[in-house]
Amino acid sequence: MSVIAWSSSFSPIAGLDLESELRQQQQELVGRAELDGRLQAPFARAAWVPGREPSVDPAISLSGISKAYGARQVLSDFDMQIERGSFVAIVGRSGCGKSTLLRLLAGLEQTDRGSVGAVGRNGALQTRMMFQDARLLPWKTVLQNVMLGLPRRDAAQSIARARAVLDEVGLSERANDWPAQLSGGQRQRVALARALVHRPELLLLDEPLGALDALTRIEMHSLIERLWREHGFTAVLVTHDVQEAVVLGDRVVLIEDGRIALDQTVALARPRARDSAAFAALEGRVLQRVLRNETGAHGQPSAIEQEIALSEVRWAV
Amino acid sequence: MPSKKVFVERSLPWLLPLLILLAWELSTRSGTLSSQILPEPLAVVKAAWQLLQSGEMWSDVKVSGARALAGLAVGGSLGLILGLGTGLFKPLEIVLDSTIQMIRNIPVLATIPLVILWFGIDESAKLFLVALGVFFPLYINTYHGIRAVDRGLIEMARSYGLSGWALYRDVILPGALPSILVGLRFGLGLMWVTLIVAETISAQSGIGYMTMNAREFLQTDVVLVGILLYALLGKLADVLAKWLEYRLLRWHPAYQREALA
Repeated sequence: MSVIAWSSSFSPIAGLDLESELRQQQQELVGRAELDGRLQAPFARAAWVPGREPSVDPAISLSGISKAYGARQVLSDFDMQIERGSFVAIVGRSGCGKSTLLRLLAGLEQTDRGSVGAVGRNGALQTRMMFQDARLLPWKTVLQNVMLGLPRRDAAQSIARARAVLDEVGLSERANDWPAQLSGGQRQRVALARALVHRPELLLLDEPLGALDALTRIEMHSLIERLWREHGFTAVLVTHDVQEAVVLGDRVVLIEDGRIALDQTVALARPRARDSAAFAALEGRVLQRVLRNETGAHGQPSAIEQEIALSEVRWAV
Repeated sequence: MPSKKVFVERSLPWLLPLLILLAWELSTRSGTLSSQILPEPLAVVKAAWQLLQSGEMWSDVKVSGARALAGLAVGGSLGLILGLGTGLFKPLEIVLDSTIQMIRNIPVLATIPLVILWFGIDESAKLFLVALGVFFPLYINTYHGIRAVDRGLIEMARSYGLSGWALYRDVILPGALPSILVGLRFGLGLMWVTLIVAETISAQSGIGYMTMNAREFLQTDVVLVGILLYALLGKLADVLAKWLEYRLLRWHPAYQREALA
């Protein structure tokens, strides 16, 4: 990859372009050997860490959030800020609290303590959520599903809007089919269209691609990335797949035991090449950190785990 | 030849019924089977034709049909409304549901002596029995249908700003509909059963009256016509219910035969 390619590439956060390019350049130059050597060492902190310092224009500010289900404390004293227009990927093991965090952001759950500050451009932050299963209404056609929640008074305009968004996800010719007639990937595309038709400022994605096959997932990654660029919403993605997190996120946030264990800025140019050395190094680094907790109190990966190529254990988490 | 194969496959199931009819006809003609026990099939056809000609059949069918529909309307709508109520509102469920589930275990036909004491033997007794018979399947299936609506879909709809009537119209009712229609089909079956019993006990008109009257005069052919009429009406109700399912559940994978082909 050349320097010219980087500078012409798109970076969604204004003011970050130069910094991210420099850092990426540096990563390319450092090379794999040195990165591997650094794996065991504490992370070199990026100059700008969104979660730790007040960001310029946060769409979401969480401060002191606590949430428990019965005796089980899911989130405790949780702080986080999410930059407007950024793409944040949240990874972590099952039950670490990442889905709860998303449900709190969506307003589907209430916090026990702490405050969720979600500020939209005109008052409340317009939020839509995409679920793990598409949750399409089986008794409504694809078009009717996309129109769910649109004003009924102006039906003609609602239909036009829904058709336009269906076209954006490439399903305009399936508008009159029933959801049962679609494949899993197509259903998630309809769910994406249904979320986007409301022009949300914040889109929450709760492992929406978890049930899809590998090829469909890659297609969905580029579709989500493209629509995120075009619509300019803030996106929060919860996923098990570290590679997916690195492909899509400006930041990859690892949650462990209800706290942020890692907040990694991903300064790679979009669309990200999965086969580049910098990508692999970053993915490996995050994965290593995710796995570290599993190996016990010492925080050292076991010999067996080190033998497994990191790209092969992407789904271990 | 595929068309020949289809013809054989279609006609083969009719072979046994036709043979039985033939054996029946022959055994009554030869006198092995007394016509007082079972009249020959041709005599049944003749009796049916006569009843049709005299207009008797049509007036009896009309009376029975009206009773059945009135009972269905009263019992069915009560079952639907109460089922929706207990399914949607927790307090109503707590107050009402266990009582209804207890009463449900009483066989409707066991209440006949009491019903005769309450209403006598006029129309209101028949209406009450049919309505009671239809009520329970519709109530139970509506209640469970609403209970079984996917919580995830309701959560999704709420997060998309649907609430109140819109949520009910777009999510809860369509979600419960397959179960409600099953209840309707059960209800239609019970509707005819209770009506037959009610009409057989006491009636001055209707199919049950026609058959009981014929029994007095040993007109076994007319009795058989009555039985066949009930069977036909039962089948008609079932076909209508099926058609309704097909119309209303077009979205359901089980009703999308043409889409799969």
